Amino acid sequence: MSKPTAVLTVNHLSKRYILGGPDQLNTSFREMLMGTITAPFKRYKALSGQVDESQLFWALEDINFQVHQGEVVGIIGKNGAGKSTLLKILSRITTPTGGSVTIKGNVASLLEVGTGFHPELTGRENIYLNGAILGMHRKEINSKFENIVEFANIEKFVDTPVKRYSSGMYVRLAFSIAAHLEPEILIVDEVLAVGDIEFQKRCLGKLSDIATQGRTVLFVSHNMSAINRLCNRGILLEKGRLRVDGNVNDVIRVYLQDDQAFSNGLWINPDVDDGAEVHVERIEILNEESQATNLFNFNEKIEVKIKYRTSLSRSEFVMGVALADAQGNDLFSSFDTDDDKLRDYTPALINTVSCNIPARLFKPGAYTMTVFSHKHEGFALKTVFLVRLNIEINNVGAVAASSRLGLLQPILNWTTSKIP
Amino acid sequence: MQSEDTIQQDYFGHDHVTVIGPERGLLDLDLRELWAYRELFLVLVSRDIKVRYKQTVLGIAWAVIQPVTTMVIFSMVFGKFARIPSDGIPYPVFVYAALLPWGLFSTAVSSAGNSMVGSAHLVSKVYFPRVLIPISSVGAGLVDFLISTAILFLLMLVFSISFSIKLFLLPLLLLILIANSLGVGILLSALTVSYRDFRYVIPFMIQIWMYLTPVIYPLSLIPEKWRWLSYLNPMTGIIESFRSIFLGTDLNFIALLFSVIFAAAMLGLSLVYFKRVERRFADVI
Repeated sequence: MSKPTAVLTVNHLSKRYILGGPDQLNTSFREMLMGTITAPFKRYKALSGQVDESQLFWALEDINFQVHQGEVVGIIGKNGAGKSTLLKILSRITTPTGGSVTIKGNVASLLEVGTGFHPELTGRENIYLNGAILGMHRKEINSKFENIVEFANIEKFVDTPVKRYSSGMYVRLAFSIAAHLEPEILIVDEVLAVGDIEFQKRCLGKLSDIATQGRTVLFVSHNMSAINRLCNRGILLEKGRLRVDGNVNDVIRVYLQDDQAFSNGLWINPDVDDGAEVHVERIEILNEESQATNLFNFNEKIEVKIKYRTSLSRSEFVMGVALADAQGNDLFSSFDTDDDKLRDYTPALINTVSCNIPARLFKPGAYTMTVFSHKHEGFALKTVFLVRLNIEINNVGAVAASSRLGLLQPILNWTTSKIP
Repeated sequence: MQSEDTIQQDYFGHDHVTVIGPERGLLDLDLRELWAYRELFLVLVSRDIKVRYKQTVLGIAWAVIQPVTTMVIFSMVFGKFARIPSDGIPYPVFVYAALLPWGLFSTAVSSAGNSMVGSAHLVSKVYFPRVLIPISSVGAGLVDFLISTAILFLLMLVFSISFSIKLFLLPLLLLILIANSLGVGILLSALTVSYRDFRYVIPFMIQIWMYLTPVIYPLSLIPEKWRWLSYLNPMTGIIESFRSIFLGTDLNFIALLFSVIFAAAMLGLSLVYFKRVERRFADVI
C-alpha cells in the first residue's frame, strides 16, 4: 500500500467568539431614560459585531494537525477546551476566524442524532428527511431503508408519526439513520450518551465497525474507555490550544493526570462562576473519619461530597459519580436520582449531595473518579459539568493476593450449610 | 440520469476538496454546490407541504378558504361599500386576480423571513448551503398558489370572463414573481438572524406594502403624473400583469420591466448579502 494520504489538514486554526457582557444597571431615572434611548445604538453595535477587546474570547488558538486516511482520532479535553468549536468548524457549521482546514473527500458530521426530525412526520418520512439532511441521496436511502428500520427495531411503527414514539424508539431510529452513513470522513460528537446501556453498546459496536472499514473518524467523548477502545490516536485540547497529539494511551494519561485544582481529596472550582448551568463549587472525597484525602484503605468507605449551585429544576439534571481504573475501564457510574429520596427534592440555590461508595470492593491501585452533571436536552444528555479526580486505594486491609482475576475485588459474604 | 449521477458523485466524492477558511470573496455563490444539494431542497419543500395542514380538521381546504374569504371581505368592504372602481371588471374577480400573486408573495416573504430563525436547530448542527432554507420555504407556498389559480379559473367561469391568449405568459410571470419573492425573502431571512427586530417588522411591512400596491384598487386610480412612483414598487408591475393576462386588460410593459429589473437586482443583492453574513449564522442564531 502506498503512503497514507492526509485527508484532513488543520492549519493555524483559530476561532474567536464575542461574549455578550451584561448591561450596566441604571441607577437614576435620568440614566434609565438615557439608557433607553442609547440602548438601541449600543445593541446595534453589538449585534453587528463591533466590540472591544475585553469582550472577545478565543475558543481555539493556532491549532495544527493532520489526519491521514483510515485514522481514528479521539479528541479529548475538559468542558470549554474547544472540542465542540473544533468539530463545528470541521463540519462547516461555523467558520474560523483565522487559519484554514483542507478536507479531501466527503464528510458527514454527527453533532447530534435526529437533526431535523419533524414530530408530525412518520418514521418513514423522517428517515428520508434526516437522511437527506445528513447528505444521503434518495437512492442510497432506498437501498438502506430496510436495514435502518431493522437496526432501529421499529418495523411496526414505520408509518406512525414520530411524536407518538417512545423516547427510546425515537433515539434508536435517529441513531440508526446516522449509523448507515457511509462518508469517507466521519465526525462524531458525544452522541452516544443517548438511549439505554444496551443500545449504547450497540452504537459503540457500530462505530467500531465503521472505524475498521478504513474510514477516517474524528470522535469526541468524555468516555475514556470508549476513546481508548475506538481510537488509535488522541488529541488533547486545553483552553483552546492543542496540548498533546499522539498515541491514544499517552494522551489519555496526560489528560487524566491533569487536575491541579485537586489535592488531598479536595477540589475547589477555580472559577467563582463559570456561568455553567450546574456550577460545582467544591468536591470533597472523605474517608470514614470525614477527612478529605485521595488515599484510601481497602476496607474504608468513600464518601464523595459535592457542593453545587444550579438554577435548573430537579427534573432537568442529574449529578453523577463514576469510577474508572488506571487502564480506563469503567467500573461503575451512579446518579443522585438512584436514591428515591433525592429524586423529588427541590434544589435550593446551594446544595450538597453525597455519594457513598462501599468499602472492600476495589483492587488496590490508582483510580480516576469522575464527578459530572448531565442536563436533559430533549432526548439527549448534555454534560454541563465534569471533573476527573485521581484517587488511590492502598492494600491496607486488602486480601493478600492482589492478582485475583477481574476488575473488582469484592469481599463477599460466603455461607455454608451442612449437606444432609 | 447517468450523467446527473456522476455530477453528484464528483461533487461529494473523494476528489472534492473543501477548504474552510475565514475570508471568502464577495461573490462566492457556489451554484454547483446548490445543484448538488437539490435533493435536500426537494425534501425540505415536501416536508413543509406535508406538515402544513397536518392535524387540521379541514386540511387542504384551508388553501381554498383563506383566499376566498379575503376575496369576499374585500369585495364587500372595498367593492360594495367604498365603491372602489375596478376598470369595468366585476370587483370579486378584479381583486382576486391580484390576491393570487399577492398571496404567494406575502406568504413567501413572511415564511422565508422567519425561516432561518425557525431552523436554528438545523443551522447549528449540520452543514448545507444555508440559502436552501429560505428558498425551500418559498417553494412550499407554490402549492397554495396552484390551488388559488384553479379557483380563479372557476371565478372567471362564474363571471363569464373569456380566457385571454395572454395566459401563456403565466409561467414567465410566475417566474418573475418567484424571483421577486426570493429576493425580498432571502434578504429578510438573513437580516432576521442578526436583528430579530425584523420579526416584528415583516408582518406590518407586508400590510403597508399591500396598500401601496394596486391590489384592492386599479392602477388607473393613481393620477397619471404620480404613476411612475407606483412603478418603483416591483409588485405593481407583477400584479397589473397578472390582471392583464387573466382578465384581458392591456399589458403594462413599463411597469413589468421595472419589476423584472427590481427582481433581478434584489435577488442578486440578497444573495450577496446572505453569503456575506452566512458564516456568522451559527454563532449568532
